[in-house]
Amino acid sequence: MTRIFLIGLRAALFWFLAAFAVQAQSPIQDLLQENRAAVEKASRKTIDDVIGALLASGLPETREVLARWREKELWQRDEDGLFFFAEAVDGNTYRLIDIATGEAVGEYDKKLVSQLKPNSGVRSVIATALVRFQLTDPDPAKRAEGLTAIERGPEASHLEALRASIEGENDSGLLARKQRLERLLTIAYDDDSALRVAAIESFSTDLGVDARAALNPLLATTRKAAPALPEGVNIANVLKPGSSALPRSEAYALLVAADLAPPLVTAAQKKEALIANIADGTVAGMPIHTLGTAEARARAYAALADQGLAPPDVTEDGIDAALGAHVFFDQYNEPDAAITAAAEEALSSVSTRVGVNQALDLALDGLSLASIYFLAAIGLAITFGVMGVINMAHGEFIMMGAYTGYVVQQFVPNYTASIIVALPLAFAVTFAAGVAMERLVIRWLYNRPLETLLATFGISIALQQLAKNIFGTQARPLTSPGWLDGALVLNDVVSISYIRIAIFVLGIIFLFLLLFVLNKTRLGLEMRAVTQNPRMAASMGINPDRVNMLTFGLGSGIAGIAGVAIGLYAKVTSELGSDYIVQSFMTVVVGGVGNIWGTLLGAALIGFLQKGIEWMNPSNTLAAQTYMIIFIIIFIQFRPKGIIALKGRAAGD
Amino acid sequence: MERSFFARNPSALIFILLLAAFTLGVTLLSEGFGMDVVSTSMVKTLGKTLCLCLVAVAMDLVWGYCGILSLGHFAFFGLGGYMIGMWLMYERTKAIVISATAGGPLPATPEEIREGIGVQIFGVVGGSEIPPIWYFADSLTIQLALVVLVPGLLALIFGWLAFRSRVAGVYLSILTQAMTLALSLYLFQNDSGLRGNNGLSGLQNLPGAENVPQTLISIYFLWASALALGLGYLLAAWVAGGKFGSVIRGIRDDEARVRFLGYHVEGYKLFVFTLTAVIAAIAGALYYPQAGIINPAEIAPIASIYLAVWVAIGGRGRLYGAVIGAALVSLVSTWFTGGQAPDIPLGFYTVQWVDWWLILLGLSFVLVTLFAPKGIGGLFDLIAGRGSPERHGADLGPDPGALREKEAEE
Repeated sequence: MTRIFLIGLRAALFWFLAAFAVQAQSPIQDLLQENRAAVEKASRKTIDDVIGALLASGLPETREVLARWREKELWQRDEDGLFFFAEAVDGNTYRLIDIATGEAVGEYDKKLVSQLKPNSGVRSVIATALVRFQLTDPDPAKRAEGLTAIERGPEASHLEALRASIEGENDSGLLARKQRLERLLTIAYDDDSALRVAAIESFSTDLGVDARAALNPLLATTRKAAPALPEGVNIANVLKPGSSALPRSEAYALLVAADLAPPLVTAAQKKEALIANIADGTVAGMPIHTLGTAEARARAYAALADQGLAPPDVTEDGIDAALGAHVFFDQYNEPDAAITAAAEEALSSVSTRVGVNQALDLALDGLSLASIYFLAAIGLAITFGVMGVINMAHGEFIMMGAYTGYVVQQFVPNYTASIIVALPLAFAVTFAAGVAMERLVIRWLYNRPLETLLATFGISIALQQLAKNIFGTQARPLTSPGWLDGALVLNDVVSISYIRIAIFVLGIIFLFLLLFVLNKTRLGLEMRAVTQNPRMAASMGINPDRVNMLTFGLGSGIAGIAGVAIGLYAKVTSELGSDYIVQSFMTVVVGGVGNIWGTLLGAALIGFLQKGIEWMNPSNTLAAQTYMIIFIIIFIQFRPKGIIALKGRAAGD
Repeated sequence: MERSFFARNPSALIFILLLAAFTLGVTLLSEGFGMDVVSTSMVKTLGKTLCLCLVAVAMDLVWGYCGILSLGHFAFFGLGGYMIGMWLMYERTKAIVISATAGGPLPATPEEIREGIGVQIFGVVGGSEIPPIWYFADSLTIQLALVVLVPGLLALIFGWLAFRSRVAGVYLSILTQAMTLALSLYLFQNDSGLRGNNGLSGLQNLPGAENVPQTLISIYFLWASALALGLGYLLAAWVAGGKFGSVIRGIRDDEARVRFLGYHVEGYKLFVFTLTAVIAAIAGALYYPQAGIINPAEIAPIASIYLAVWVAIGGRGRLYGAVIGAALVSLVSTWFTGGQAPDIPLGFYTVQWVDWWLILLGLSFVLVTLFAPKGIGGLFDLIAGRGSPERHGADLGPDPGALREKEAEE
């Protein structure tokens, strides 16, 4: 009796101590201990209560516990059943970490602790709970993060959590995102056909890539062959074998794949069969050396097949009969016809809008390419267009401008400041180079344009090699300021990078600056006078030498500024200029010599044309350039003087 | 009685004799004929140089005599190389494929051989189909005809389009440059059917001449190149001399005036343009089997500009000037860029000619243009004591840019 009492007392004491120990734990541990049995042997049926209790508690550690539990990182100490996080110290010992405080409790042998291993069903329930947790997090940034995670890898289980979280969302931006995502998930995962159709229809005016990504899989089809059209499947269309959509060979391959027809014997198989049946230097009675043509081999194989030594080949008649006896059709993977019809309609409406926006995007691309060509060519429009000097080193002036920008950035670390310094400095450097070249070389050759071309070409190769010697052959970076990074995004289809906008603006500024200089200033007047008739201009008291020098310097200086702009979006190499020289000359010639507006039109024509051709054949920019040059050669047939031709005395002939 | 051709063109006779002596000398000193003073690679370099001289003669005819600064003649040169290269590569690959399939239990069918050739040639560009433009590649006769026909036709069409719309002077230069750029960009594509930027290779191996050593083949090509250069030179001298030559020089100096005299200027220009394109193509067809490889980079616009540089440095408007310019500049260029030229230590910096040769070439080119428009050929005038008339600043010729003054004698 006493013993029983003692045992009872000890048991009571133990329970008391144990209860005391439990009492001393953190609230999260208490909660887990309350549901200890369900946590230890978690199953899909019992887990909901545990998670419900955890979520309802509102404890801050809940999320981490769930996450660790899912990752199988929650451990239990065998001696008292408490739960811990754990990390391996070495192969046999684990360091337990308190859930609430995050402090290490001690190191335990592997045998004294056990890992909780929830099965995959349980883990997915936990994951859903985690998502819900994240979507209802008080911190909007966390909620946004959760949404992004769902957008990246949507799962059926997310749908419910997402719907539950829409109620009570107070951030309007997040609410819109949630609602949109909910519709996308509805399309993919909901069971209710009407709801899905409604969601599909709601996207018929949406340009988002994600909307199209959700709609497109609905219309995925599988090509099948069958003796007759099956009932009760969602058929997209029926195909006729031999049409362009389904060539005969493909149709027969479908039959073979569906075991509805015997496979064709390929040439390689025939050859193998022939080789396998070589006997005494003959195959089926035909000497080997005669089998050097396809016809002879076919005859020999037919003989083999007749003797039963090889499977018979399928004849053309056999193929025709097999094709005639079967129907071929595309079957939607989505069984519900209402859904595919809605998706079809929504997608066709989307694709019209996408087409319009793509055209807009293409136009913007063309515009930015045109402004690059314009910027590269505008200096030439002065030296070549107005003065008539062929400057093959123009591309090298562009390169010098770009390298000036690079050198400035070595000394001025602030990118914005460095660009502001680089622009005038590039102008100064190339202006000086242009003036030097005009004084030393070009002025002796004004009457011999072809020799100007050759002499400036000599300067061009020398400058290019000099740049290679100084800066090396590898590309040098010319980094644009931070505020020029990124792109102006109108929607998922139309976007344009800020740097291209900046180049466009720069092009416009130069257009008007040059128009102003040429038409409204004394220098411009003298320039035009000297280029039209140098002797008459000289008689009027203009110094032609000085004006020519300044004009050439101006054209070269603008090339330098263009170099900085081009260097910002392309890599700076010694070949930077020569990549643009032919296009620049083309731009001036197509636009019409002697007219800045002509250069603008020429650049626009070439830019839009090149982008247009690239759009038709997007894989091949080389071909686009080829076709563009051919087009220009033909264009010059019809307008030899360019788009805007000078008339009268100004034309010079 | 009219004087004979060589009496009117003493330089042609001298040139032919020198060329024959040169060829004979190299042959006797070569490895293939025993003396082994001139190595096989040197013989090849000399043979290639003769081809370059031939294309320079063509360039001189079209630019120095007719005044058309074409920046596209190296494209014709390259096209000629491609046309002969197709046959060389196809036939050689065919031989390889046939010998590879010969050991099989069954004799190969023509289809199998064709497929094998396709895989061998176009495997590098991810294809195995033989493109339609290779249709005639197994026929040497047709490919040789194409060497002349394809560049000739291209020049004819391009020239006809350009000349009829009166594109002249620098505009024509830019247009021909654009044509060259378009052609090279097109050939750079993998689906152009000519192996993209891999080009055609292994051209030094002549099908059917596997047993002839390269020492002999190089000599045969040297002979062929010398023969072509001699004939091309005589043809060019014949075209540039006589009445026809006077007309094209008239076109060079004042096109409008010749037109007013009743000549069909476009026809003359088109003839010269096409003829020189064909000469360039033949030079290319002889050059690339010696070089062994051709790729689109050879056709890039810069090559055609170098051609103009050679002719200008040698002295345009005289055929031997073009030959001298091409031979000198290309050989010196090989010497400098090949790393054979000694470095010049300046103490603080060592001038390495591999890096500085182009700068030297570019600047000397500017100097020649400015101070010696007659080029190296002008030295012969000095020796012969032929000076330009002292004009006291007045123009000679229809306008200040006309070249007639360069040919005028005191």
